[in-house]
Amino acid sequence: MAFDVAKLRSEFPILDRKIYDQDLVYFDNAASSQKPLRVIKALEKYYTEEHSNVHRGIHMLSQIATTKFEESREVLRQFLQAKSTKEIIFTKGTTEGINLVAQGLSLSTLGEGDEILISEMEHHSNIVPWQVAAQRSGAKLVVCNVLDDGSLDMDDFHEKLTEKTKIVSMVHISNTLGTINPVKEICQLARQKGALTLIDGAQSAPHLDINVLDIDCDFYVISGHKMYGPTGIGVLYGKSEALDQLPPYQTGGEMIKDVTFEKTTYNELPFKFEAGTPNIAGAIGLAEAVRFIESTGYKSIHEIEKGLLVKGHQALSKFPGIEFLGTARDKASVISFNIEGIHPTDLGTILDKLGIAVRTGHHCTQPLMDKFGIPGTVRASFAVYNTEEEIQRLETAVDRAVKMLK
Amino acid sequence: MTNTIQEIEKEIVDEFSFFPEWMEKYEHLIDLGKNLPLIDDKYKTEDHLIKGCQSQVWLHADLDEDKIKFTADSDAVITKGIIALMIRVLNNQQPKDIVHADLAFIDEIGLKEHLSPTRSNGLVSMVKQMKLYAIALQAKLQDT
Repeated sequence: MAFDVAKLRSEFPILDRKIYDQDLVYFDNAASSQKPLRVIKALEKYYTEEHSNVHRGIHMLSQIATTKFEESREVLRQFLQAKSTKEIIFTKGTTEGINLVAQGLSLSTLGEGDEILISEMEHHSNIVPWQVAAQRSGAKLVVCNVLDDGSLDMDDFHEKLTEKTKIVSMVHISNTLGTINPVKEICQLARQKGALTLIDGAQSAPHLDINVLDIDCDFYVISGHKMYGPTGIGVLYGKSEALDQLPPYQTGGEMIKDVTFEKTTYNELPFKFEAGTPNIAGAIGLAEAVRFIESTGYKSIHEIEKGLLVKGHQALSKFPGIEFLGTARDKASVISFNIEGIHPTDLGTILDKLGIAVRTGHHCTQPLMDKFGIPGTVRASFAVYNTEEEIQRLETAVDRAVKMLK
Repeated sequence: MTNTIQEIEKEIVDEFSFFPEWMEKYEHLIDLGKNLPLIDDKYKTEDHLIKGCQSQVWLHADLDEDKIKFTADSDAVITKGIIALMIRVLNNQQPKDIVHADLAFIDEIGLKEHLSPTRSNGLVSMVKQMKLYAIALQAKLQDT
C-alpha cells in the first residue's frame, strides 16, 4: 500500500500556514522539525489534566505525573533499545548531554597527556564542551579529518586513535553534510584502545533506527525537537558503568539521597543527573513523538526521505555553477549547496520571500566551513512530511532567485 | 549644500514607493548593492570587519572637515544594497546628526526585517558601528 503523505501532513497543523501569502515549504528540519498534533495534544492534556511535581507528592496528581514521566522514560529506553531506564537521563537536549559528559570526564577521568578525539564535521556543541574540558584537565583536543566528499577519513581516524585517547566523541549524522558515520566501527575501534565513546545523535534520531547496544557506545545523546518532539527536552543515554564514573553535573533537589550541612549523598541513576524539577511536559511530549515515529515506521521514513534526497539532488543539479557540500555514499536527507557567484544568505532571503524555509550560514560548523573555504551554504533538509511537489517549488524558487541575483 | 538626513530618507521612501511588489523592491536593492562603491582594500581588514552569523560587513569612516565619509562592503549583495541606502543617508553628515538619526525609512520601505537582531546579518551591528564612529569623530572635532 502506498504511503498516504496527505494524511500524514494533515497531522501537522503548521504545514497549512501561509508565509507571505504562499504555502509554506518547510525545509529546515535539520534545525528543528515541526510537531504533529498528537504531541501538541499530549502537552495540552498534561497541563490541563495531569500536572503536578514528580517523585515527591503523596497526592493523586503527583502520582499521575510521576507515572507518566517514568512511562516516558521507558518509551525512550525502548526507542534507543537500551538495557535499563536507569541509563536514560532526561536533559534539555543534545548540547546539555554533551556538556554533562564533557564536564564530568574533565573532573573524573581526563588529565595531562590524555587526548579527546573529535572530527572536523562536528557541530559547535560537540567541539566547545571538549575544548573547555581540555583546558580544565590539561588533556589535548585531537581532530580527525574529513574527506572532500564529506565522509570521515578513516585512515586518519586509525592514526589519531591511540592509547592516549580517553574519549572519542563523534556525530552520527552530520547536520551540514548529511554524512552518516560508521559509528559502530568507530566505537569498536575506540574500545580496543580503551577509550570511551560518545555519539551525537541529534540528527539521526528522526531518521535512523537507533540501537545503542548494537552500536555499543558508552554515551548517546539526542534532542527532542529535531525528532518531532518539544523543545527543551532530550536524552542522554549512558551505560550504567560509564555514568557511575561521572560526578553529578548539577546539584540540588531530586538528585540527592541524604543532605546534612556536613555531607550529601547522591541519588542513584538516573536521578543523580536530574537535579531540580525536570521538564515533565517535555518528556511526555517526547514520548508521544517517539510513538509518532514508530507508528509511521522507519521503512516509510527511509523510503520517503531517500526519494526526496534523490529528487532534490536531481532538481538542483541542473543549475550551472551549483556545488554540493557532502556527497558521501551513506547520506541522510540533507542537501547543502552553493551556486557560484551567489552568497548563500542572498539566496536564502529570496527563497524565504517565496515561502520556502531553508537554513543558510555555517550551520554551527564554522571549522568545517573554513576547511572548505566557504562562508556557508544553503541547506535544505527533509522530513517525512515533505513532498516532491515541494521540491519542485524549491527548484522554481532557486531559478527565480538566481535570475534576480546573478 | 547637502540634504539633511530626513530629506534623503524621504527621497528613498518616495523612490521605493515605485516598487509595490517585493520582487521589484529586492531587484532594486540588489542593483544598489552591485553599484555600491567598494571600500578601499586597505580597510578590508579584521579591524573593520563586523561579523554577522550570516554575512560579513566591512565599514570605514573618516572626517572630511566637519562631516563624516563612510565606505563599506559586504559579501552578500542584499546586505550591500541596504548598506548602500544607509551610506546614502548618513554620508557627508555631521556627527551629531548621525548620532541622533532614527533611520525610520528602513521600516517605511518595508525592509525592517533586515534590521532585526534575529537576522544576524551584521546590519544591526553596522548601524551601531556607524553611530560609534560618529560619537568618536564628534569628540575628535571638539578637541581640535
